[in-house]
Amino acid sequence: MRRYLEIYGIMLRNSLIREMSFKANFLLWIAVEICWFGGQMVFIEVLFQHVQSIGDWTKWQMVLLLGTHQLIGQIFQAFFFVNVANIPELVRTGKMDFMLLLPVDSQFAVSTRQFGLDNVVNGMVSIGIITLSLAKLGLRPETSQVLLFLGTLGFGVAVHYSVMFFLATASFWIVRAQGLFSGYFNTFALGRYPDVVFHGIFKLIFSWIIPIILVANVPSRFLMGSFSGPVFYPLLQLALGACFVLAASRFFWKFALARYTSASS
Amino acid sequence: MFLKYTKTFGIGLQNTFVYRWNILFRSMFGLLPLAGTVFIWRAIFSETTGGIASYNYASMIWYFILVLVVDNLVTPTEDEWQIAADIREGQISAFLVKPLNYLAYRVSLFLSYRLVYSFITIVPLALVFFWFSDYVTLPKSLMTWPIFFLSVCMAAAISFLIAYTVALMAFWLLEISTLVFIVYSFEYFLSGHTFPIDIMPPWFQKILMFFPFPYQMFFPVQVFMEKVQGWELWTGLVIQATWVFLMWLASQWLWSRGVKKYQAVGG
Repeated sequence: MRRYLEIYGIMLRNSLIREMSFKANFLLWIAVEICWFGGQMVFIEVLFQHVQSIGDWTKWQMVLLLGTHQLIGQIFQAFFFVNVANIPELVRTGKMDFMLLLPVDSQFAVSTRQFGLDNVVNGMVSIGIITLSLAKLGLRPETSQVLLFLGTLGFGVAVHYSVMFFLATASFWIVRAQGLFSGYFNTFALGRYPDVVFHGIFKLIFSWIIPIILVANVPSRFLMGSFSGPVFYPLLQLALGACFVLAASRFFWKFALARYTSASS
Repeated sequence: MFLKYTKTFGIGLQNTFVYRWNILFRSMFGLLPLAGTVFIWRAIFSETTGGIASYNYASMIWYFILVLVVDNLVTPTEDEWQIAADIREGQISAFLVKPLNYLAYRVSLFLSYRLVYSFITIVPLALVFFWFSDYVTLPKSLMTWPIFFLSVCMAAAISFLIAYTVALMAFWLLEISTLVFIVYSFEYFLSGHTFPIDIMPPWFQKILMFFPFPYQMFFPVQVFMEKVQGWELWTGLVIQATWVFLMWLASQWLWSRGVKKYQAVGG
């Protein structure tokens, strides 16, 4: 464990040094983030011109949900996105061989090589949005609520990671799986909607098997204290769901590796 | 004269067809956001008693299905990244010395990709049409079909030329991804992709209809739903054609400036 932390520390330092050489790009990434938030805000604004609330969600609660959704996505992208997105390329070119030769766990090696500093900046924008909506709602969360919020963010990141990793692993069979980028973004487009809108088998699948609906909704509700029942159950549901998808994606990875034949040979 | 581009088109078809599973995979995942959209609008319509602007639940769902159809037909995938890479890595040197127009070459590839893509997405679209068959309402007038076709062609031209023009910025910038994502955000929210433009405040609609974005998706869908008629329809088509022309001018201008600046890195 300690060895992995040390290796990660070195790779983190390398990433920071590399990123620091493109300073102007940071400002542009903030502009990108603000454009997307702006668009989403327009969407929510337009919706709430026609209704007072969606289920028990008011306008600023939905903005908070959006901020939380975005924050989880940014944390995931900062740590893992570029790396996992590069897996199809590693497979296509046969560079995966070098990854497998490293004396560390193969999943660790392919998942942690680069760190996205621009996502940290974007994460700050999300935190700003969350704070703004808390102020608009007149809420001051207690320490325990903030801790629950932060803890559940971690589970959310695990779900994002597992889904993307699962899709990337499919590239062992589907060459040039660039489609998986859009697969990931399309899947998590569901995460920014309030839990109350989903019904039926769809809700069952995406909250019990692949808990995408819970990812942003559970932490948001913790922060706002808007759970009507005991908080223990949603917490347990998200935790179990996250562990399940993480284990499933690891299992799939091992399964795929056993069938890997490398390129060009 | 045109033979070289029809050849390019043919090669494009073959290259794209290699990735048919990739495309099928991608378009199946494209159904998830549609599901999310359907759920959110169902929740919204259950909160109100009347309709929203001119929409009821059924016509709202039909609107988003049509958006999905038009999106498959007009939106470039990866074209801008390939063009930018051609410029950055010095590949376009090969085009500059050949009697081949780079824009025409890219258009041939774009068309071939859209053709294969649209063909493969018939599978998920058939599922959607089957599932939501109650909401499908075909146009009453036969004339709507050719006008819709014309409008979709111009929408594709605008979408492609915007992507092409943004990609040409690679002559000056090392990294165009931030720029691409900013343009995406405008296209995503203001083209009618996320919500229909005509549920927004009227003053905002009036301004927006002078921008190219609504003509990439919202306008063709309106044509098919027969929501724009007579005078309004013809003005819309004229504005759409004007945007095709303006984007073409912009791309030509950037291209001629860019080629002068081009240094053939690595070439």
